[in-house]
Amino acid sequence: MVAPIGKALGAAVAAPVSWLASAVNPPLKAWQRATGTDGMAAFFLAPNMAIFAVFVLTPFVINFFYSATSGNAFFLGDRTFVGTEQYERLFDCASYLDPSTCREDLFWKAVQNTGLFVVLQVALMTVVSIVTALILNREIAARSFWRAVFFFPVLLSPVVVGLIWRWILQRQGLLNYMLYSVGLEPHDWLIERGSAFTAAVTVSVWAHMGFYTLILLAGLQAIPRDLYEAAEMDGTRPARVFWRITLPLLMPSLLVVVILTLIRAVQIFDEVYVLTGGGPGTSTLYLTQYIYEVGFASLLRNPGLAAAASILMGAVLVVLTLIQLQLGRRGEKKGARE
Amino acid sequence: MSAVVSFLTRRRGGKGWHWTDVVTWVWLVGGLIVMFGPAIWLIASSFKTPAQLAEFPPTILPYVGQQATVEGYDKPLTLYTVKMPDGTSRILAEVRRVGIVSQMVDPDAPGEIVKINIADRTPVREVGLATENYVVPLEQNNFLLYLRNSVFVTFMATIITLLTNSMAAFALSKYRFPGRDAVMLLIVGTLMVPLSVVLVPLYSVVSAVGLYDSLWGIILPTVATPTGVFLLRQYMLTIPDELLDAARMDNASEWQIYWRIVLPLAAPALAVLAIFSVVWRWNDFLWPLVVLSRKELYTLQVGLNTYAGELNVQWHYILAMTVVTMIPVVLVFVFLQRFITSGIAGSGLK
Repeated sequence: MVAPIGKALGAAVAAPVSWLASAVNPPLKAWQRATGTDGMAAFFLAPNMAIFAVFVLTPFVINFFYSATSGNAFFLGDRTFVGTEQYERLFDCASYLDPSTCREDLFWKAVQNTGLFVVLQVALMTVVSIVTALILNREIAARSFWRAVFFFPVLLSPVVVGLIWRWILQRQGLLNYMLYSVGLEPHDWLIERGSAFTAAVTVSVWAHMGFYTLILLAGLQAIPRDLYEAAEMDGTRPARVFWRITLPLLMPSLLVVVILTLIRAVQIFDEVYVLTGGGPGTSTLYLTQYIYEVGFASLLRNPGLAAAASILMGAVLVVLTLIQLQLGRRGEKKGARE
Repeated sequence: MSAVVSFLTRRRGGKGWHWTDVVTWVWLVGGLIVMFGPAIWLIASSFKTPAQLAEFPPTILPYVGQQATVEGYDKPLTLYTVKMPDGTSRILAEVRRVGIVSQMVDPDAPGEIVKINIADRTPVREVGLATENYVVPLEQNNFLLYLRNSVFVTFMATIITLLTNSMAAFALSKYRFPGRDAVMLLIVGTLMVPLSVVLVPLYSVVSAVGLYDSLWGIILPTVATPTGVFLLRQYMLTIPDELLDAARMDNASEWQIYWRIVLPLAAPALAVLAIFSVVWRWNDFLWPLVVLSRKELYTLQVGLNTYAGELNVQWHYILAMTVVTMIPVVLVFVFLQRFITSGIAGSGLK
């Protein structure tokens, strides 16, 4: 019943599409005759590169101009050139360790929070994904089912993730009920500073660990079986097998995971914004939210300052990505030698 | 049953249980609860009435209170099981509540009013779904509009992504032309520039081309994705050039070669990109949040966040709309999960 309908629908869509595809053929053939393969290459590249130039390249370039101007106008022509003033303002601090002594105290608060978030999240993410990958790599029944279980939250939207956990962590939520029923003290998870931060870290690990587990699992499955068989014949203890075989051979995937987690953790925004809104106070305010609020949301918006902050964040990301590419290249070379 | 148990607990080589086996199963079952539990709790909660959501302790299943129309009262009255002073229990309907005293009548003989302490009554209810949690926001609170916007954005962005990325990938994998490596480098280089870094200038570009506060303003900036071009190019490199040359001998135009030969052969990679694009665009949040200002243009994600941020949080509606927002992604997960997992394992993209 469903299949014929699907087929008919498919045909109904396919007919005009293939008509369109053949209708553009004659003019394109003429273009090909006039300009040759270079012209055709230009034609095939044109749509993507036009969109790319307007929406990726241009913003990237003019971001530097924004960071060198002041005022709250968005049109570049209406902005006054101030040189490095925005950067100086961001770095105007009596002590970098104490955000309250800075002119842009929120920026430094966000930097501090993001730094702590990155450290905690990367550590937790790496440990949890390694353990999960090791377990999924064992001889277990229905492995693809279990793999899917841990992957499920990866597809959920950050808004859905944020709202699910807001619902569970609220004062009368499921978590407090579970604590209460085993005789523990309920807790205002998202209202208290420390626990809100912990919640932000934990929820983001929950949402993304499946992705990193998959990468590590692929790495584990690439380790030759005969190494383990040799170790077994020698009667090597499992712990020793892990430290001497599994971990060293997993290193390339592990480094990729650490760097990718780092890159994403530096940009953390969506799910935490929905979960806590940056609060309580500024205790879960991270860099991206700072950029968003200074650039758009707050009354005293200052696009130049937001641009300067985003360039500083971009610089960190570029360094991290270059490290990742370098590691990737080393891995490739090693792979080619083996 | 015992067959199932022995299947699940079988050990390679018939060895006995080791402590690592215990850890494995604790981790897996714990993972099952922690990963799926929250979503299931969300779905169950989304069918509860506001009164039931406020209940402590919470129940797992949604219940609906029973009501009865009683002679002499306009509105249907809620039914309660009441423990009478003499120790028997009866089913009565509540007329009104004053403090801790509930005024009740017998639904079959609604003559005299009985006064009962509220501690002595429990509502009569059975498992049932509060479907109005879904119907009301869709009909009255713009959510149908948000849903339509999200579908439009996801569909259009995916189609344009597939077309433009595959054309660019075709040129970059099958032609030699001056500047090819530079173009490739440029595209791969922008992988380093995430949205949050170019938020301010992208906003001004989108405003300058007149796309501020329009759905196309959230579609176009996302479609020239470097990941898509890269993925398709890597795949197209594996298509042998001899195939294309044979077609050229038969007088096929370059466009026909792209459309009739390369695209069908690249179908697996296109499918992976299509799935990713649907999930990405459906889940997009920060950029639509910046670009959209008119409420009727909101996508589901932005609409949901705005609704949840209002002072008077109506959880019963929010939970139901969260489920609606989750549905397409859950469908992708159920039917296409293995394509995604193999895509990630193969290319490391997300």
